[in-house]
Amino acid sequence: MPDGRASHAKSPVFYEWYDRKPDMKHQTHYCPGCGHGVAHKLVAEAVTDLGIQDQTIFVSSVGCSVFGYYYFDLGNVQAAHGRGPAVATGLRRANPDSIVIAYQGDGDLAAIGMAEIIHAANRGEKIAVIFINNATYGMTGGQMAPTTPVGQVATTAPWGRRASTDGHPIHVAELLATLQAPVYIERVALNDNRNVMRARKAVRKALEIQTRQAGFALVEILSACPTTWKLTPPDAQAFIAEALVPVFPLRVFKDAETTAPGDDAVPVRPVAEALDIAAEPGWARKGRAGSPRTLGIKVAGFGGQGVLLLGQILAEAGLREGMEVSWLPSYGPEMRSGSAHCHVCLAHDCIGSPLVSHPDILIAMNNTSLRKFAASVPAAGTILYNGHTPPADFPACEAGIVCVPASEIADRIGAAKAANVVMLGALLAETGCLPEDTVTAVLDRAVKSPELVAMNRRALEAGRCVIASAPPR
Amino acid sequence: MLHLCKGNVAVVKAAVLAGCRAFYGYPITPASEITEAAALYLPQVGGTFLQAESEIAAINMVYGAAAAGQRVMTASSGPGISLMQEGISYCAGAELPCVIVDVARGGPGLGNLAPEQGDYFAMVKGGGHGNYRNFVLAPASAQEMADLTILAFTLADRYRNPAVVLADAFVGQMMEPVRLDPRETAAPEKSWAVRGTADTRRNLVNSFYLDPDQLEARVRRLDAKYRSAEMVEARSETYQAAGAEILLIGYGIVARVLRSAVEQLRTLGVRAGLFRPITLWPYPSAALRQAARGCHLVMVVELSTGQMVEDVRLTLNGTLPVEFYGRVGGNVPTTEEIVDQVVRCLAAATV
Ligand SMILES: Cc1ncc(C[n+]2csc(CCOP(=O)(O)OP(=O)(O)O)c2C)c(N)n1
Ligand code: SF4
Repeated sequence: MPDGRASHAKSPVFYEWYDRKPDMKHQTHYCPGCGHGVAHKLVAEAVTDLGIQDQTIFVSSVGCSVFGYYYFDLGNVQAAHGRGPAVATGLRRANPDSIVIAYQGDGDLAAIGMAEIIHAANRGEKIAVIFINNATYGMTGGQMAPTTPVGQVATTAPWGRRASTDGHPIHVAELLATLQAPVYIERVALNDNRNVMRARKAVRKALEIQTRQAGFALVEILSACPTTWKLTPPDAQAFIAEALVPVFPLRVFKDAETTAPGDDAVPVRPVAEALDIAAEPGWARKGRAGSPRTLGIKVAGFGGQGVLLLGQILAEAGLREGMEVSWLPSYGPEMRSGSAHCHVCLAHDCIGSPLVSHPDILIAMNNTSLRKFAASVPAAGTILYNGHTPPADFPACEAGIVCVPASEIADRIGAAKAANVVMLGALLAETGCLPEDTVTAVLDRAVKSPELVAMNRRALEAGRCVIASAPPR
Repeated sequence: MLHLCKGNVAVVKAAVLAGCRAFYGYPITPASEITEAAALYLPQVGGTFLQAESEIAAINMVYGAAAAGQRVMTASSGPGISLMQEGISYCAGAELPCVIVDVARGGPGLGNLAPEQGDYFAMVKGGGHGNYRNFVLAPASAQEMADLTILAFTLADRYRNPAVVLADAFVGQMMEPVRLDPRETAAPEKSWAVRGTADTRRNLVNSFYLDPDQLEARVRRLDAKYRSAEMVEARSETYQAAGAEILLIGYGIVARVLRSAVEQLRTLGVRAGLFRPITLWPYPSAALRQAARGCHLVMVVELSTGQMVEDVRLTLNGTLPVEFYGRVGGNVPTTEEIVDQVVRCLAAATV
C-alpha cells in the first residue's frame, strides 16, 4: 500500500519541491499510513488524466489536509473550518469555466460545516467534493467526529461513543443522496488495492463531471488515521474493513446525470436600464427659492390604508418640484401589528433630521393615530382626520382638525382602496403644499392600468371638493 | 439626475455601478431590502445573486468570490453580522477585498429592529479574531448609502481588505433623492486572484501561517498597510464648526439630528457646530482636533451607551471636556431633545 509519502515519480499536479519545511522537500506532513496522502494522489492523477491542471482550484479545509496548497500545483484557496462548499460556491460562480474541488474532513464537513455541504449539494453547485471520512478529528488530536462509530474511543469520548448521549454516526453519502440536485455520490474506502482502484475511478468521475459542468459530485472516502486510532498502518487498514465498512457501506448512492439543467436564466440588460436610472427623466434641485423652513408631514393609520404610499407620493412630487425631500417609514413587525406611519419632509434647503417629531401636517387615517400623534402638532399646524367629526371623547388639541371622511368618500365613488388619495386631494386643497398637477403626474405613474389612473384622479378630485365646499373656517 | 430611492436600494444600484457582480446574503430586518434589490438587479446585469443558507455561508461565499477576483458584497444586521465575524477575519487575514453592509439594529441578542449604533465596537475595533481592521464608512443619507458603497469597493481593492458600510435602520429605510452616475467604474486588475486559469495557477489565498515568525511578518505587513491607510483615508465633515463654542459629534442618522439641533441652537444664540466622522476607521482624529480647536466643550451623541465616544476621548486626550448623550433600544433622539441637553450642559459648565 502507498503510505502517503510522495514519491519522486509523482504526478505533475504535485509541486516538484514542497516548500513547507526546508528539510522536508519531498515529504508531506501526513503521518505514515494516513489516508490523506493516498487521496491526494488520486486527486492529482485524475487532474492529470483529465488535463485540467490549469483550470482546477483546490479548496483546502481546516483539518489535517489544511496544507493541501503546499502539495497541489493548482490554484489554491484555504477555507475556514467547515466552509469549503461555501467558498467553492463563490469561486465557481465567479468563474464558471473553473473546476473547483472542495477537499474536506469529517469534522469539517459533517459537524461544523453540515449546513454548507447540504445546501451546496441541494443547489447543485458545480463542484467536486472529496470527503475524507476517518471517523475522527485528526488535526486536533483524536476527538469524536460525527462519523465516529458507536463504541469507538475518542479523547472526548473516553468510554467510547455512547449512542444514548452522542447519537449514531452520520451517513453523509446517504443523507445527501436524498436530495434532488446532486448528480453523483459514492462511498469508497482506502483499505486494499481493489478499493483504492474503485476510489480512483470515483474521484476521476467526480472531476470528469465537472469538466462537463454537469453538477454536484461527492466522493466519501473511508480513510485511515493510524495516529489517533492508535494503530499501526496495517492494522488501521484492517480497521477500515472491520469497523468502518460495516457502518458505512460502500456503494454508489446517486448517479443521476439525466437531470437536465433548467433553462431559467434571467435576460441580461444594459446596466443603466436594469437599474432603472436611464429610462425615465430624473429631477434636478431647483436651488433655494421659497420658504427656508422644512415642512414636516406625518402620515399615520392602519397597514393597508396606503399610508406609506401616500407619503412616498408627497416626497416624489416634492422632488419633481425641485425640493429637498425625505421619507422615513415605519417598518418590520411594527407594521404587522396593523399600524403604519411615515415621516415626510419637504424643504428648500438641506434636510437635517428626517424625523418629524412635531409635524406641521398630521394625516391621521384612523382614530388611534389621531389620539397618538395629535398632541405633537403645534398650534400653527394642521390635522387632517379620516372621519366626519373627531371622536366624542377626543381631548382638545392645539392644532385645528380638518375632518375628511376619506374612507367613506372613497367607498361612495367606487374607489375603496383610494382613501389615501382622497386624503391627498384634501391635503393639497387645504395646505397648497404641492401643485396638484405635479401630484397627479406622480399618481398616474404609480399605477399601471388606465382604470386605476382614472380612479385615482376621481379620488383626488373628491378630496379637493371636500375642502372647497366646506364652510369658511 | 435625481431619483427618489431607499437607502438600502441605493446601496445595490451603486454597487452594480461600482462593478460588483456578486451578492451573497441572508435576509434580516432592517437590511432585507438590500438582499431583495440584489436579487432583482444582479441577475439582470449578468451577475450572481444567491440567498445563502446563513450569514456564515454568505460571508464564506463572499470569501470565495473575492478570492476569484470578483467585486462582491453582502449585507446584514446585528445578529447576522455577529455570525459573519469569523469570515470577515479570514478575509482580512487572506487580504481579500469585499464589502459588507451592516444596517445596524437594536441589540444585544435579538434586540429589536429599530436603529441603534451598538455595532461600533464590533465593526471598528475588530469583532472577529486577530489583529486586523475593517474600513468602516458611516453614511447619513440615501445618497451616501450609494456614494460610500462605491468608496467601500475602492478602498477594499486599494488595500485588499474588507470594507464595511455601517449604516443604521433609518438611513437604510429612508427614501431620499439619489444621484447615480450611470457610468460604471472598473475594478483594478487583480493578478493575485485564483481564477482557475494557467496564469493564476500558482496563486494562493490563505491566512494560515503555522510558523510564528512567518505569521508575525504577515501581521506586521497588514499593520503597515493599516498605518498607511490611517494617514490618508480618514474622512469627515463639519457644519458651522468654525468659531463654535460647543462641538456636537455624531455619525449616521444622529448627525442629521445634530445638524438640525445646531440650527436651532444658533437661533437661540448658542454657537454650536457639528463634526461628523464619515470614516469610523480610520478615525478622522486630525480633523477632529482641528474642528475642536477653540471649543469649550464637545458633546458626543450616539445610539449607544457610549462606543465612539471612546475614540473622541482618545483623540482629544483630555484637552477638552467630553460630554456624552446616548439613546438605545431603537430610540432616536429628537432635535428638541438634543437642544435641551446642550442647553443644560452649557448651564452646568458655566455654574
Ligand atoms: C471554528 C473552528 N473551530 C475549531 C477549529 C479547530 N479544528 C481544527 S481542525 C478540527 C477538526 C478536523 O477534523 P476533520 O475535519 O475530521 O479533519 P482531519 O483532521 O481528521 O483530517 C478542528 C475542530 C477551527 N480551526 N476552527
Ligand atoms: S493525524 Fe490522522 S489524519 Fe492527521 S495526518 Fe496523522 S494520520 Fe493523517
